[in-house]
Amino acid sequence: MTDAISVAGLHKSFGRTHALDGLDLTVRTGEVHGFLGPNGSGKSTTIRVLLGLLRADSGDVTLLDGDPWQDAVALHRRIAYVPGDVTLWRNLSGGEVIDLYGKLRGGLDAGRRAELIARFELDPTKKGRTYSKGNRQKVALVAAFAARDVDLLILDEPTSGLDPLMESVFQRCVEEARDEGRTVLLSSHILSEVETLCDRVSIIRQGRTVESGSLAELRHLTRTSITAELASPPNGIAGLPGVHDVDVQGNRVRLQVDTDKLDAVLGALTASGVRSLTSTPPTLEELFMRHYGEDREEVLAR
Amino acid sequence: MTALTVTRAQGGQLTATGTLLRFALRRDRVMLPVWVLVLGAMVSSGANTLGALYATEAERTQAAATMASNGTLRALYGPVFDPSLGGLVAWRFGTFAALLAGAMSLVVVVRHTRDEEESGRQELLSAARVGRHAPLAAALLAALIANTAVAVIVTGALTSATGDAAGSLALGLTIAVSGMFFAGTAAVTAQLTESARFAKGLAAAVLGAAFALRAAGDAGTADGSSVLTWVSPLGWAENVRPYADERWWLLAVLAAAALAQAGAARVLSGRRDVGMSFLPARPGPAVGRLTTAYGLAWRLQRGAVAGWTLGFLAAGVLFGGMTSDVGDLVGGNEQTREIFRRMGGQEAMSDAFLAAMVGILGMVAALYVAGSVLRLHGEETSQRAEPVLAGAVGRLRWAAGHLAIAFGGAVVLMVVAGLGLAIGYGQGLGPIVAAALVQVPAVWVLGGVTVFLYGLFPRAAVGSWGVVGLCLLLGWIGPALDLPEAVLDVSPFGHLPKVPGAEMEWGAVGVLLALAVALVGAGLVGLRRRDVAV
Repeated sequence: MTDAISVAGLHKSFGRTHALDGLDLTVRTGEVHGFLGPNGSGKSTTIRVLLGLLRADSGDVTLLDGDPWQDAVALHRRIAYVPGDVTLWRNLSGGEVIDLYGKLRGGLDAGRRAELIARFELDPTKKGRTYSKGNRQKVALVAAFAARDVDLLILDEPTSGLDPLMESVFQRCVEEARDEGRTVLLSSHILSEVETLCDRVSIIRQGRTVESGSLAELRHLTRTSITAELASPPNGIAGLPGVHDVDVQGNRVRLQVDTDKLDAVLGALTASGVRSLTSTPPTLEELFMRHYGEDREEVLAR
Repeated sequence: MTALTVTRAQGGQLTATGTLLRFALRRDRVMLPVWVLVLGAMVSSGANTLGALYATEAERTQAAATMASNGTLRALYGPVFDPSLGGLVAWRFGTFAALLAGAMSLVVVVRHTRDEEESGRQELLSAARVGRHAPLAAALLAALIANTAVAVIVTGALTSATGDAAGSLALGLTIAVSGMFFAGTAAVTAQLTESARFAKGLAAAVLGAAFALRAAGDAGTADGSSVLTWVSPLGWAENVRPYADERWWLLAVLAAAALAQAGAARVLSGRRDVGMSFLPARPGPAVGRLTTAYGLAWRLQRGAVAGWTLGFLAAGVLFGGMTSDVGDLVGGNEQTREIFRRMGGQEAMSDAFLAAMVGILGMVAALYVAGSVLRLHGEETSQRAEPVLAGAVGRLRWAAGHLAIAFGGAVVLMVVAGLGLAIGYGQGLGPIVAAALVQVPAVWVLGGVTVFLYGLFPRAAVGSWGVVGLCLLLGWIGPALDLPEAVLDVSPFGHLPKVPGAEMEWGAVGVLLALAVALVGAGLVGLRRRDVAV
């Protein structure tokens, strides 16, 4: 088994809304996979299909070598899930909910549970209605990370209510899960978190996958920014393939270059004599903004 | 200018009350009119029913004397102060209308105060230009508008029916002011607790205690003068004595008490933080014992089951206690006997009465079943079901826990009601409990309708309240309205044998059971196949 999740051509409509429009997603066993997309792009719908809560209209979905709709109960013993919006029962304490979720899934590691409650600084005796958003998420996170015999963690924007300290606790927990050989599907809006944690990412837009691959591969598809101080004015750089937004002021040049065309540009710069050079690799944020930006332009154009 | 100065002097604590009031009335645009109309219509139509029943003054005087001498009836309705038509309407409907107005008012007030705070919606509003006391003031004004509407309907309808404007006005105002008294109570309890459900429960407990004190007082005395009656605000309402030398000053006392409570609520709300309360929530256990979806369902529903069981036991004992007096009450009047027979009973009066009471309790049990089944709907739409179903719990197993409590609970309720009736009546344990159990198939059919709608048409699931309500209306007022048999047959309760007294009909009971099973089965198949709500 090499893929924990494999989704191909997934369609799902709610009435006239096409929530998923041929989505593809491959998550390899043992990796942390980032699942990115703007609000309403279909991330949570995909996750609910993976959990067997929604029935796919068409497309192939395989989860841990099973069918998420047919084999839901058997698969759920091996999956821990944290929803983006955690709602608790008002009259049950956090501790009771953690143990309930754990028991329903097939068991909790008591030592791990105590350790996680301490690390997340959660008071398990408070009742559901008195928890803040961040604390409700901690309840679900403790239950998920303390679950025994889990092969796959599905986390749907799990940190949107956590403070930076708890965010770093969360990141360590994800790393520990990966070290134990678990697979993690992490839907997130916090791009720094995805950059830190994820081996590979999929970016979706309007129910369709637009990019998928390792961060290095994706960076390859985008541009690197270069600022250089040269010995003499540059010549011929603007004509090189893959070079964009050239801005020359005297001996100073700023430009963007497609990452796979970097070599020729560096050659041309060295020919003019380099005094100083800064090169910034594309961030995930730029990658994301590029797709998100197109989205917005399309909406504006309509 | 003056208004502006006043507002400034109070630091703008009532700013935006008008906006919030309009908003509250818009949110309740269905609930409030329905409640007001049903309440108004109940009292107004009472004049016609009682007028037809006791057409002459002699009949009314005799009836009033019989009613007044029966302790159980006095406990239920209060003493008869005047044998006029108005006096009988005030006796028969006054206390109940005041009770219902109180229930309506406490729901409205908590709904627009503590409910809003608990859900966090209030925070958004309070951050805008909204005065500290505006939500409380708007909620009380909404209750005042609803109660005033009830008073207008009752006064108008009864003035034309009885010709006694002063008495009708007194009855209308008594109902409305009693409603406002409990609006004030709810305004206070909403400050005390963090949970809206608890706030409603506390106010409802005060309402129930007021009714119980008045009932206990009136059971012993025939003129409403008992100390127990005078301790209860519903006792004050009763002692306004509409149509019998009205004591208007008591209305002023009730109104003053309502205002005093509203003032106390205002002081309390001024001394606490938004969302906080004076009775803080107690911490729970750090380690949970819940291990299954069944356990969770029981934990979520056990409070409601306990409450309903106690209520059914109490109602059974009360109705049972009235049974032996029924023969005396109706004995002299041919028309009453005829109506009683039509209400669903058979010739033997006690059996007929027991059969009618068992039927009424069965219909009320249908409300329990519908509410209990709809907990599934509530769990799903609040997204609390999602993490449970993401565990190793199949949908049917998840639903089974709640359904077992709903359908099993109905059996428990009917057994307890039968026990209560037998205890109150003092005899006939076996046949009465059996008669109560005969209602179960009809109760289950309505529970089955709820499961069917929830499983196959989840968006229409709440419509099951409408189905149950329709069956209740058909059962309660259908026979009195002389509706055709075909219409009455819509309700499953119409097909049950009128036991005790009548022959048992296994065929009808069997058909209803099969129908219930089919409805539940179809609903579960639907639930198994459909999407879980997003």
